[in-house]
Amino acid sequence: MKVLVAVKRVVDYNVKVRVKSDNTGIELTNVKMSMNPFDEIAVEEAIRLKEANKVSEIIIVSIGPKQSQETIRTALAMGADRGILIETESEIQPLSVAKLLKEVCDQEKPELVILGKQAIDDDANQTGQMLSALLNWSQGTFASKLEIEEDKLLVTREIDGGLETLKLTMPSIITTDLRLNEPRYASLPNIMKAKKKPIEEKKPEDFGIDISPRLTTLKVIEPPKREAGVMLESIPQLVDKLKNEAKVI
Amino acid sequence: MSTAESYTQQGPDDIDQIRESVKSLCNDFPGDYWREKDKDNSYPTEFVEALTKSGFISCLIPEEYGGSGLKITHAGAILEQIHRCGCNGAAVHAQMYIMGTVLRHGSEEQKKRWLPKIASGDLRLQAFGVTEPTSGTDTLSLRTTAEKKGDKYIINGQKVWTSRAEYSDLMLLLARTTPKEKVQKKTDGLSVLVVDMQKAKNNGLTIRPLRTMMNHSSCEVFFDDMEVPVENLIGDEGKGFRYILSGMNAERILIAHECIGDGDWFIEKAVNYANERHVFGRPIGQNQGIQFPISKAYAALRAANMMVVESARKFDAGENCGPEANMAKMLASEAAWQAAEMCVQTHGGFGFAAEYDIERKFRETRLYQVAPVSTNLILSYLSEHVLGLPRSY
Repeated sequence: MKVLVAVKRVVDYNVKVRVKSDNTGIELTNVKMSMNPFDEIAVEEAIRLKEANKVSEIIIVSIGPKQSQETIRTALAMGADRGILIETESEIQPLSVAKLLKEVCDQEKPELVILGKQAIDDDANQTGQMLSALLNWSQGTFASKLEIEEDKLLVTREIDGGLETLKLTMPSIITTDLRLNEPRYASLPNIMKAKKKPIEEKKPEDFGIDISPRLTTLKVIEPPKREAGVMLESIPQLVDKLKNEAKVI
Repeated sequence: MSTAESYTQQGPDDIDQIRESVKSLCNDFPGDYWREKDKDNSYPTEFVEALTKSGFISCLIPEEYGGSGLKITHAGAILEQIHRCGCNGAAVHAQMYIMGTVLRHGSEEQKKRWLPKIASGDLRLQAFGVTEPTSGTDTLSLRTTAEKKGDKYIINGQKVWTSRAEYSDLMLLLARTTPKEKVQKKTDGLSVLVVDMQKAKNNGLTIRPLRTMMNHSSCEVFFDDMEVPVENLIGDEGKGFRYILSGMNAERILIAHECIGDGDWFIEKAVNYANERHVFGRPIGQNQGIQFPISKAYAALRAANMMVVESARKFDAGENCGPEANMAKMLASEAAWQAAEMCVQTHGGFGFAAEYDIERKFRETRLYQVAPVSTNLILSYLSEHVLGLPRSY
């Protein structure tokens, strides 16, 4: 069975992001970019399934600027088989991503699509769910454990108050949570092999999908600076502050 | 600039990917791992295993012998990144380049016998028996002898500063096969032999660890009628000095990369601390007395790095890189030391606290102005061979 994994190129999690001076977005010039950490987990999970002989091929899809190729290449170096880059310089929102991924699924016919539950840049947490709706496939979001049992998927999900296990009929959409696995680093031989793996290049127009945003970003601003804390002498003082200053009780 | 990458010059795609992967690997070996090893003076076996398993150590071995067949630029990037992440490549870097002598001068049979096992990590060839107590850089005066008897060489003598001898399966040994007074050319008469150390231990080979300023697994080794089969002779008998020399540029270029990594590590530590540490109500980095030494160290390191990159480029292009390899090692080791000094000073008392790792790295990076060749010898080389000044020794 084929698995499709979607990966996004985002600002590296180590970078302290800065807002552009004209408040139109985040400064991206000379900023280190990497694979979205949740997507790395998705790639790792697909590779583990392949190593367990449950999966025959892993296809990586990324939608974004030309440099997203490097992100695909990273996934190939980890152990995926081939890549598809849908190149666009425009801003792209979850619904457009889901529509494009649906088109890819129609062509590639995977049994399973694994995505990060969200990207650490916009934290939207929508693409997987939208894709599931568009394809009318089952979904297991925020997965912390994934098992294949014949033609069913057992997905353990992290929900408020505990863990929930779903049994899904495939084809399915899975979105990954942090605790699903710990992604590997690519070995040198695999980095070398990845250079020879194919990456197909496409454009959104090739799929006849209109990716123009439905939402407009009005302004991006820095969060207010956190003020220094104060040490209080007693509990009554704390209660007084919570009541009269913070006005939370 | 809060991450080490900010200092990294952009390289080709595959080098960036290699750096990223090495960084992820190094994340599993944080400061406290190295602190423990340093305290116990023990070998970082787990780190070495991880690096071997992931194929980084065999990057220079050709693909036909099980390696990745990469260039010194890649090998340098790997070691540089290891050091930039606060780890130390010394436990393993020799495994990368000592095999070069076998690769360049060994027979096909020898290459097939050793290289694939070195690539897989089954055999460790990381002991280099050249230096002796009475002959350091004056290699031609070495006294260890290899006397041919039938199908064996009988080795007698002593080597010192043989790093990693306890953690190596094979040793590349330079020994005298023809007495100094009987050779036609003074560079003749030395031969290179591959010693199976596992076999030789307690059979004429004695290894004695030397306690040093840093955890470097330094040893002295003694040969007492140790036998080495003749099929372990590399190349022609008596031509060994040349074979060894041809590997030294690689060693210098790789160590220079480690120094650049060290320098980046010190600078990153200092920048972070200078921004975070508040005294008199403001970050100490606001004081030019703090920031200028950091910037100076940074400029010196970047300048040294240009020479390091150039030396690797020339090496990979097959050009004569002797002057650049030597200058790269000298400039990079000095720049790393400048950064180390600055880093301790920036941290004040905390620079001496083991848990900051700075004092450990400070000790470790000091080595590279002395090993694998001291700065004075590099200057002599430049004076004589590049500038045409009279030979001084």
